[in-house]
Amino acid sequence: MSHALRAAEFLRDAERARWHDGSLWSLREKRDRAAAAVPDWESLREAAAALKRHVLAELPFYLTRFEERAQAHGAVVHWARDAAEHNQIVEGLLREAGARRVVKSKSMLTEECGLNPHLEARGIEIVDTDLGERIVQLRHERPSHIVMPAIHLRRQEIGALFHAELGTPEGESDPTALTLAARHDLRARFLGAQAGLTGVNFAIAETGGIVVCTNEGNADLGTVLPPLHIACMGIEKLIPRAADLPVFLRLLARSATGQAQTAYTSHFHGPRPGGALHIVLVDNGRSGLRARAEFAEALTCIRCGACMNTCPVFRRSGGHSYDAVIPGPIGSVLEPARAPSAHASLPYACSLCGSCRDVCPVRIDLPKQLLAWRAELSQGAPGGALRRAGLRVARFAFQRPRVYALVGALARRVARVLPERWLAGRWNPWTRGRALPPTPPHSFRALYARRRR
Amino acid sequence: MRVGLFVPCHVDQLWPEVGFAALALLERAGVEVEFPAAQTCCGQALLSAGGRSEACALAARCVRVFDGYDAVVAPSASCIAMLRVHYPELLGGADAEALAARSYELCEFLHGVLRVPPPTHAFPHRVALHAGCHALRELRLGHPSEGGPAGEDPVRALLAGLGGIEFVSLTRPDECCGFGGVFSTVEPEVSCRMGLDRLDDQRAARAEVVTSSDPSCLLHLAALARRNARDMQILHVAQILAGPRT
Repeated sequence: MSHALRAAEFLRDAERARWHDGSLWSLREKRDRAAAAVPDWESLREAAAALKRHVLAELPFYLTRFEERAQAHGAVVHWARDAAEHNQIVEGLLREAGARRVVKSKSMLTEECGLNPHLEARGIEIVDTDLGERIVQLRHERPSHIVMPAIHLRRQEIGALFHAELGTPEGESDPTALTLAARHDLRARFLGAQAGLTGVNFAIAETGGIVVCTNEGNADLGTVLPPLHIACMGIEKLIPRAADLPVFLRLLARSATGQAQTAYTSHFHGPRPGGALHIVLVDNGRSGLRARAEFAEALTCIRCGACMNTCPVFRRSGGHSYDAVIPGPIGSVLEPARAPSAHASLPYACSLCGSCRDVCPVRIDLPKQLLAWRAELSQGAPGGALRRAGLRVARFAFQRPRVYALVGALARRVARVLPERWLAGRWNPWTRGRALPPTPPHSFRALYARRRR
Repeated sequence: MRVGLFVPCHVDQLWPEVGFAALALLERAGVEVEFPAAQTCCGQALLSAGGRSEACALAARCVRVFDGYDAVVAPSASCIAMLRVHYPELLGGADAEALAARSYELCEFLHGVLRVPPPTHAFPHRVALHAGCHALRELRLGHPSEGGPAGEDPVRALLAGLGGIEFVSLTRPDECCGFGGVFSTVEPEVSCRMGLDRLDDQRAARAEVVTSSDPSCLLHLAALARRNARDMQILHVAQILAGPRT
């Protein structure tokens, strides 16, 4: 099923689609105000882009340095080639510690690796502690947005979910009451947890430290209570020095939600006294992407979600229409790299408006990469063979002005003669919501030639 | 100065009036204008449909067709963005760079290069300016609401002199209309929703006329307006600027 079909499904509920568009647009506006309030915003973006590109170019060096420095603090560093290895490592660490109840703060990487189902199938309880992630976990669905995992849901739906799952009163949909109910439930799980998992926003090669940004403090609670902390990160999360961190911290929350900072910025340098810290570095296709000059830049993404909030297609189609771990513009670049045929329609879920490129805090040229994917995937894309044939015909005609003029004149003549309902059938995607274009009797070139005579 | 008028394929075939309005404006500005008959399509539609090699072939052809003109001017910001931004990247080489450097969107050329005084005939209407994404974010003719590089909007500057014109303000001044070339037919539902949202915004601002420097956005919006009984008049900026004389 293509993105277009899932998007059409989303749009069938017109009122929900309008509301979804409006909520994300208001985040875009908050981001605009926050960005405009920083006088050196463009220099920050430039610096961030340069730093991340530098790290990517020198990745082996920084990875080695990070490993050394993290080990020096007493952290144990693990390397996972792919998702399966990552899941085995985490499972092994939990078994070794005898942990059967685990709390996790938000991590898109563990989503990517499918860690939750892996652990659940092996009898280990894993609870997402980010409120939005907890909501989608209770609904057995994936996040629809990388920063706001439950942005597709309205509070009434969350009220109904909590009534069923957490025993809140029926019809309760007050956000404060629902949040308190979730907090109450999560507190017990924090206290009972035997291990805490976190993602990583930034890993500092110079210090061997990791930084986790949350708004709910759940990464702190999840790591200070249980003795075992496992941090999972993609190998692209590195930054060179501690001094570079502010560049990213100033950009991240402003781009994501318009906040100056996330409410909590938690730094971990080694395990807490008496505890253990394990850091799992995951490749899972990143080296392959890094080797591809036209797509490597996508690995500089800091997962702020700004491209999703600004994307006019994402806002009107919902994150689930991408049927991918990472949705939106950046997902449409990253996901085809993981599974080209499954995600071949994603590069077309874009009107090439270019707004994502302008909001991206690390200046990833997303439209350019989407065009590159279209060229590469045009064989496997929906209607691929037909489209390729169409492209060849178009090239043939456009290279021959007379053929082009003749085809144009014929098409307009046919359109003027045939009944509109024939041309505007269900087969014609143009007329599904639009009238036919005008069909003037003469083209500009014909009239111009006549005028010259 | 010898100007090569580039009339994009969709204007040539579907909206010849826009080509003639552009021609009239350039002639009135006192430059020598020619429409090289060998021109066809800039190749953007093919590029956006995944036909990179096909687009390269048409780009190379376009470079040859417009060889020898001092400037290449088109009443379409999007097609000019193809020439200026994408040709150098697709083709490389001095010829593509040179064409990129002397290609102009019509209003940009009239206002920024020829510095023609804005026309002053009467146009007593409430006008919504539709900022085409490629005018805004590739040619940088205007101030994108999300920030980033910005420049003067020649469409507004030229229209501002008209007698009685009133610009309406939109809630989302530069949201995409959803045309997007192949996007309009690959994702028709999202495309139409985006366009209808623009029309709703413009209607709420009580616009009588919607205009833009991008004819492909306008053809999409006009087709939506006609199907959905929106009665705004949709005109290319060249038609308004050329006035009743054409």
